[in-house]
Amino acid sequence: MPNFKKFYISKDALSESLGSNKLAKKLESHRQDFEIIRTGSRGMFWLEPLLEIDTKIGRIGFGPITENDIDDIIELNEFEFKNHKNYLGVIDDIPFLSNQNRLTFKRVGLIDPLSIEQYCSYDGFEGLKKALEMDSSKIVSEVLDSGLRGRGGAAFPAGIKWKTVNEANEEKKYVVCNADEGDSGTFADRMTMEGDPFSLIEGMTIAGLASGATMGYIYIRSEYPHAIDTMEKAIVLANKERYLGESILGTKMNFQLEVRKAAGSYVCGEETAMLESLEGKRGIVRAKPPIPALNGLFGKPTVVNNVLTFTSVPLILAKGASFFKNYGIGRSTGTLPFQLAGNIKHGGIYEKAFGVTLRELVFDIGGGTKSGLPVKAIQVGGPLGSYIPEDKWDIPIDYEKYIEFGGVVGHGGVVVHDTNANLAELAKYAMEFCAVESCGKCTPCRIGSTRGVEVINRIQKKENVDENVVLLKDLCDVMEKGSLCAMGGMTPFPVNSALKYYPEDFGVTSDDKALTN
Amino acid sequence: MSNSVQNLVDKFVSLKGSSEDMVLPVLHHIQDSLGFIPEDSASVVAKKFNLSRAEVHGVITYYHHFRTNKPAKYNIQLCVAESCKSCGSDNLYKQIENKTGAKMHEHSIDAKFSIEPVYCLGLCAASPAIQINDDFYGNVDSKKMDDLLSKLKSETQNA
Repeated sequence: MPNFKKFYISKDALSESLGSNKLAKKLESHRQDFEIIRTGSRGMFWLEPLLEIDTKIGRIGFGPITENDIDDIIELNEFEFKNHKNYLGVIDDIPFLSNQNRLTFKRVGLIDPLSIEQYCSYDGFEGLKKALEMDSSKIVSEVLDSGLRGRGGAAFPAGIKWKTVNEANEEKKYVVCNADEGDSGTFADRMTMEGDPFSLIEGMTIAGLASGATMGYIYIRSEYPHAIDTMEKAIVLANKERYLGESILGTKMNFQLEVRKAAGSYVCGEETAMLESLEGKRGIVRAKPPIPALNGLFGKPTVVNNVLTFTSVPLILAKGASFFKNYGIGRSTGTLPFQLAGNIKHGGIYEKAFGVTLRELVFDIGGGTKSGLPVKAIQVGGPLGSYIPEDKWDIPIDYEKYIEFGGVVGHGGVVVHDTNANLAELAKYAMEFCAVESCGKCTPCRIGSTRGVEVINRIQKKENVDENVVLLKDLCDVMEKGSLCAMGGMTPFPVNSALKYYPEDFGVTSDDKALTN
Repeated sequence: MSNSVQNLVDKFVSLKGSSEDMVLPVLHHIQDSLGFIPEDSASVVAKKFNLSRAEVHGVITYYHHFRTNKPAKYNIQLCVAESCKSCGSDNLYKQIENKTGAKMHEHSIDAKFSIEPVYCLGLCAASPAIQINDDFYGNVDSKKMDDLLSKLKSETQNA
């Protein structure tokens, strides 16, 4: 009987959706003395459900397997492993993992998400300890120096936001985490909250120390029940161990944290709509200014950042701004956990320094399409991001370089479409989505989106194509320039890029006058 | 029914208070307890939170997550966003419709199945993805969908 007793199985929502719970159940039924640690996911989803076993040479893996493979696998000794058809070898040596720059994802998939002990054994709370010894303005300047920019999509320098809140002369301030990760093709926030919740707690607590806020909220979308559950449990544990709450680690500092469940409105990922929602109202976008850093939640100065922005902070504090700045290119410092999704063979999370290209991500790392057909278009940056054609796949991914050609890096979602995709249909869908999700406050977004669907319908039916193409471009122009927020303002990105790069799907040729005018 | 909404809200407020940031949580509490938000909830919540009925009604109807009707025994949430589209989720919709008789946003005649669109479940590396009641399913091809629906159908017949 082989002597392996320590097993790891992910309980990430995606792993569960592929059957990881059945695996764990089957393993449990075998022997009482097996230790089964439920972790987050390694982010190699084509290998899920994945079973990892602790051995002398490290954690080795089998995947994708089903519960029916368990009987065979636990009978194997270490010399027989390699004969199993799903044997993957040492997990950390798989190129998909070993080639990454895992800074924010370093613990995800490795540890029991709710073990503070395991969190600490991988540098957890080191940033907080440093921050507790620092002046609030020193914390702010460290974040400022790191060049960290908002990972939610807008890429606004986090340090400037924090500085504004820090300097605001108000008694009550807030820290709010925007975990309303609604972009199709993104799941890095979800995986972080499910797989490494203490890193978010640590990052937000540091934001509290830096800004002078003593209360924080994490606004998590209702589609993420696992993340909500894990975050709530982690907050209770962190409070108990004094990493959070009153007199943090024996100091005079206080910071309370609560989870708020969203209710299925995409536009609530826009920061001011989210604040309205937190206040118990409809998630309607506010006009800016005033900016939330001065006039945010309940009218008070508020730090609003995405999950990944906060989870980058502990590391910046622990290892210094220059460590973080050494990753990335130009003004895009650090790493981004790219989310490889859609029609892709090796889908999952790939954290890499800025500067990697789309071709590397989708082909070298992602292995091309799942269907085996050629790649036609890649949408980067969620439903409001442009469809990117092949001649731009070699541009290094960097916020500025993407803006130059009309692309968006956004939250790092990469959705691959094969040659079956019809870009006119996808453009119409972008307008439909905007019509469904528009908060209704401004006209270009509320009405423009519905008109957009109608115009594209007419183009598809070949009714006055040239005229309607001009109309569509005009409409996009109005939406882009006249909308209050990115919902209406960026819906034209997927529509315009589809029309520009894939005119044949609209029944127009690329030298058509209506297109070039 | 009115009584039970009243009880739920009273109990919630006694534990968590009635500040405005508790409006969404109390509505979630009602839906999680009853499966939907009954019609009289707006007036009960409004009174307790010192808001107008219109304000609460506005909140309930603004958010996609809140349901004002009882869900079917099996509520199928089909992701219709880009990532799942790229892997053929549109075909899945037709398949569910044919097999259950339910249409988007509607119940099947026997009230056993309903289909709702959802804009991303965050399972995009296993597209297409669906959710049936509280359970997630990834990489749902037509065979997997067929097996799932057949299993649920036989469960409803045996019930």
